Amino acid sequence: MIKTIVFLPLLAAIIAGFANKSAPAVFAKAVTTGALFVSCALSWPIFLAYLGGGVPATVEPVLMWVRSGDLAFDWALRVDTLTAVMLVVVTTVSALVHLYSWDYMDEDPDQPRFFAYLSLFTFAMLMLVTADNLVQMFFGWEGVGLASYLLIGFWFRKPSASAAAIKAFVVNRVGDLGFMLGIFGTFWVFGTVSIPEILAAAPAMSGASIGFLGLRVQTMDVLCILLFIGAMGKSAQLGLHTWLPDAMEGPTPVSALIHAATMVTAGVFMVCRLSPMFETAPVALGLVTFIGAATCIFAATVGTTQWDIKRVIAYSTCSQLGYMFFAAGVGAYGAAMFHLFTHAFFKALLFLGAGSVIHAMHHEQDMRYYGALRKEIPFTFFGMLAGTLAITGVGVYHLGVGFAGFWSKDAIIEVAFARGTELGMFAFWMGVFAALLTSFYSWRLMFLTFWGRPRWADSEHIRHAVHVGHEEPEHHNPAIQEDSGHDVAHSVPSPNYEAGTGGYHPHESPITMLVPLGVLSLGAIAAGQVFAPAFLDSAAFWNGSIFYNEPLIHAMHATPYLVKYAAAIVMLFGLFVAWLAYIKDTTLPGKGAEQLGPVYRFFYNKWYFDELYHYLFIVPAFWLGRIFWKFGDVGTIDRFGPNGIAWVVEKGSVGAHRFQTGYLYSYALVMLLGLVAAITWVLF
Amino acid sequence: MELPILSIMLAVPLVAAIACLFLPGSTARMVALAATLIDLALGIMLWLNFDIGGAQWQFTERAALFAGFQYALGIDGIALLLIMLSVFLMPICILASWDSITRRVGEYMAAFLLMEVLMIGVFAAQDLFLFYIFFEAGLIPMYLIIGVWGGDNRIYASYKFFLYTLLGSVLMLIAMLWMANAAGTTDIPTLMQYDFPAGAQIWLWLAFFASFAVKMPMWPVHTWLPDAHVQAPTAGSVILAGVLLKLGGYGFIRFSLPMFPDASAELAWLVFALSMIAVIYTSLVALVQADMKKLIAYSSVAHMAIVTVGLFAFNAQGLEGAMMVMLGHGLVSGALFLCVGVIYDRLHTREIARYGGLSINMPRYALLFLLFTMASIGLPGTSNFVGEFLALAGIYEVSTFVTLVCTTGIILGAAYMLFLYRRVAFGEQRNADAARMPDLNLREWAMLGPLAAAVLWMGIYPESFLAPMRGDIAMLEARLAPVAPQYDSALTAGTPREHAANYVAAEEHGPEGAH
Repeated sequence: MIKTIVFLPLLAAIIAGFANKSAPAVFAKAVTTGALFVSCALSWPIFLAYLGGGVPATVEPVLMWVRSGDLAFDWALRVDTLTAVMLVVVTTVSALVHLYSWDYMDEDPDQPRFFAYLSLFTFAMLMLVTADNLVQMFFGWEGVGLASYLLIGFWFRKPSASAAAIKAFVVNRVGDLGFMLGIFGTFWVFGTVSIPEILAAAPAMSGASIGFLGLRVQTMDVLCILLFIGAMGKSAQLGLHTWLPDAMEGPTPVSALIHAATMVTAGVFMVCRLSPMFETAPVALGLVTFIGAATCIFAATVGTTQWDIKRVIAYSTCSQLGYMFFAAGVGAYGAAMFHLFTHAFFKALLFLGAGSVIHAMHHEQDMRYYGALRKEIPFTFFGMLAGTLAITGVGVYHLGVGFAGFWSKDAIIEVAFARGTELGMFAFWMGVFAALLTSFYSWRLMFLTFWGRPRWADSEHIRHAVHVGHEEPEHHNPAIQEDSGHDVAHSVPSPNYEAGTGGYHPHESPITMLVPLGVLSLGAIAAGQVFAPAFLDSAAFWNGSIFYNEPLIHAMHATPYLVKYAAAIVMLFGLFVAWLAYIKDTTLPGKGAEQLGPVYRFFYNKWYFDELYHYLFIVPAFWLGRIFWKFGDVGTIDRFGPNGIAWVVEKGSVGAHRFQTGYLYSYALVMLLGLVAAITWVLF
Repeated sequence: MELPILSIMLAVPLVAAIACLFLPGSTARMVALAATLIDLALGIMLWLNFDIGGAQWQFTERAALFAGFQYALGIDGIALLLIMLSVFLMPICILASWDSITRRVGEYMAAFLLMEVLMIGVFAAQDLFLFYIFFEAGLIPMYLIIGVWGGDNRIYASYKFFLYTLLGSVLMLIAMLWMANAAGTTDIPTLMQYDFPAGAQIWLWLAFFASFAVKMPMWPVHTWLPDAHVQAPTAGSVILAGVLLKLGGYGFIRFSLPMFPDASAELAWLVFALSMIAVIYTSLVALVQADMKKLIAYSSVAHMAIVTVGLFAFNAQGLEGAMMVMLGHGLVSGALFLCVGVIYDRLHTREIARYGGLSINMPRYALLFLLFTMASIGLPGTSNFVGEFLALAGIYEVSTFVTLVCTTGIILGAAYMLFLYRRVAFGEQRNADAARMPDLNLREWAMLGPLAAAVLWMGIYPESFLAPMRGDIAMLEARLAPVAPQYDSALTAGTPREHAANYVAAEEHGPEGAH
């Protein structure tokens, strides 16, 4: 069964990929989507069985992989509660995204390739979550990286898309460096890479120390930090996050599946999977908490200033991942996984909703050209509204009702408070502040897009559409399909500018795109309510697949009401400010940006990370490469090596002329001297 | 009576080579292809009949010639795999030269077949001087292949190639003479067990090192490689990268490590230092290349550095990893040079900037190129991952610092390979002539298809390749065990902590489990 779930998408990807354009596009679409729906249908019963609690883990061997000395690992598929959760998340969102893409990608000439990549991604992700050893996890880890690279660069004609693809891969590789070193170290310490064996042996190692780069350090801390660096790369945490916003170059369904719901959560999954190991490493957990909290606030501040609808959601994803990490850092792995679970639904919903808006607005992604779309695309509007209510965490504690994010995010904020350490409090405050910003940027997005007056007329995409004719799509040139990342320098209108409709009529998306929105809306509304008892409060549900900290959960439930309502209060405040700025008085944002000039620019330019890295790493790398090549290889090694020898030989041969005197006695003398020298050397 | 299969494998291409000299071009091609395919079939027979876990040396043949010099052949698992690599790549090389070589076809094919004889010979030789002859004679056909059928600057490249490699081998010959004298035998298996005095080992080791480091090539004696690759015809590059670069690694495994274990331990720091420099240095140089072949050539130097590091880790993972990197790199870099050759044949330039957007008009080519690019980067599931992972895991036990520096190769490797792939396959079609190039033809599929299959096979089920060498590696590891280095990452046990890091005391006011 689990083999079918995992390998069916691979099979579909191979069939669709090799058939490519030799079959009609619908063939590839049907094969891949069909495979995913089968996988999804098979995954839910597994998850529901685990929901009851007490079901043991199973490991199904597939194939021998590597035996080398005492290092051994195999291909195998592990299923336990943690995997079951990931299985439904991955297969459900993937199946819906496949369905959504039927019409979203309908006019693209390369559809078989797109669907093959999507299925390939799903396979790699499933290999990741079913891994029983660290190396197979790394296989899935790199496999999703490959699929992400291919899908970000799907419109490879666009220079920005292929640049973003490389950036995603290379930045992830920086994280992978940590992951690989972590695996090596783990093998060295435990003599195995099997996850269950490592987790069982970890507590006994908690006091041991080890040499690392010439220092003596705590064994478990250094191992967990190395592994966490891998998680930081994949989950776009502060420092290694720069690839994620650029990844929006990929088609929107890709953003929904890979860069919101599944792949980017792999880091959180890894920390939870290895939670008993991390629990032996207090310093590493402190780092996880700190990085999580810092990312959470960093990404939220940037998200408040972006104009591109997909980038706002991308930073929002980054920020939500921060929540998950600090939840794990303070020991609430169940809460982290719960937020991962709910976030997958509402963030995929928001992305697919954004895709529907982009579809309706003829590939315009700049929110400054949106406005008043509520009536034009009502279904999309309600979907995104559900997503927004979920992400901002709308709910009432005393009534015990709320949208998905209310259950998971509030639990994280409470548990950080309940943990009580300094870092826990830091995370708590960052979490609360980020919740305020989350509410602000989410409602800002909603107000700019769906409320106010239409500002469509000045958009190039819209003008093009009106000019060429609404029904005449410009898909023949995929390069202008999606155009994220407008330049700052462009003279674009402020959001209060009223340009009018320009004679354009947005159209609601077709049914295959709306069905996924509907299903995900259901998840965004109810997933929290339904699954909170299991994910948060049930040790039996987790059944040892993560480190379940029962006293901490009790402490979480015992936090003061002010803490429990903190997120709700700041949420309302964020909503109010957004309403004030984008509905009530639309001149406010401009004024605010002017008032806060440097701060605004700092946020707007994403804290200048890209610029910093460009001058810190990319420029020196190319510079050094040229230096090594021109002055090292050519200027030094070749010059004094082969070319130098050639020169010496040439000059020497001129000198040798003189010895060729032609007189016998001079030759005899040289021979004699040579003989003496040789005998001397041999004898002594 | 057993079939002298190794001698037959040597004889078939030798006879064919002589025949090719006198045959017209089109027939010579057929003869060469047939001979290499026969050798491949013999190689498969060899592999199938190889008794894993049996005697260390199998298929041995011995005939005393003169003055103690003997014709002795025999293989262990390590040699078997390298012979397999050679016979697997040869028919592909002949196919790669099918249309692109039009001048002196007979001589060209003869040179390649002679090359094959020498390559099989070098891995099968069990006599010190027989090995030396095969090892050095390999220079001659390669020298001719570059010098006669090479590019515009072929004379400079072939001289550089010759000069570098010859210099090292003179020292090796002197060392061999000394060894034969001291040990009283030229039999390699005996020498592998012979304990030379520690003082002499250093000098012997250095003499061999001079030769192997050039062949490898290690920094800073690598500069012949980019020139040789750039000027060599496609098939020449494939053999150069695929097999000739492996001679250095094979030399370390067969000679330096087992014969001079003390010196190897003593001088491991030198190997580590040069390898670390190579990984960073050549990767950065690869990043700024505008010539495809040069880029791949520099990447080879970086990959070979992982091999040397793995070998001098002195443990099973390191040694097996190094072998796997050699095999994987043989396939992958060969395939990458073929990929360059495919488009070079169409446009006659190696300049990266002249291409672009090939995914549009050559989608199948782009797919295979992508596979080999990813394999070169070491993506799990491909051949190179297994090797790199094992080699680096092996060295971690010896030095975390060396591991850290060498593992940065995975970042830099991704950067230069993907940058190359982007400029070739992605983007708009900038040049009309590049945009008109047709996709792979049947002959090119026949070249690249088997390589792709082998790359995936090695990545997914490497046991086929690890099993034959396991016993030999274990023997080598045992031989090296007395001199194995002190681990800088040594573990010190401590008292485990009582509680988990996020321990929270259970609340006092009664049990709450019932909630």
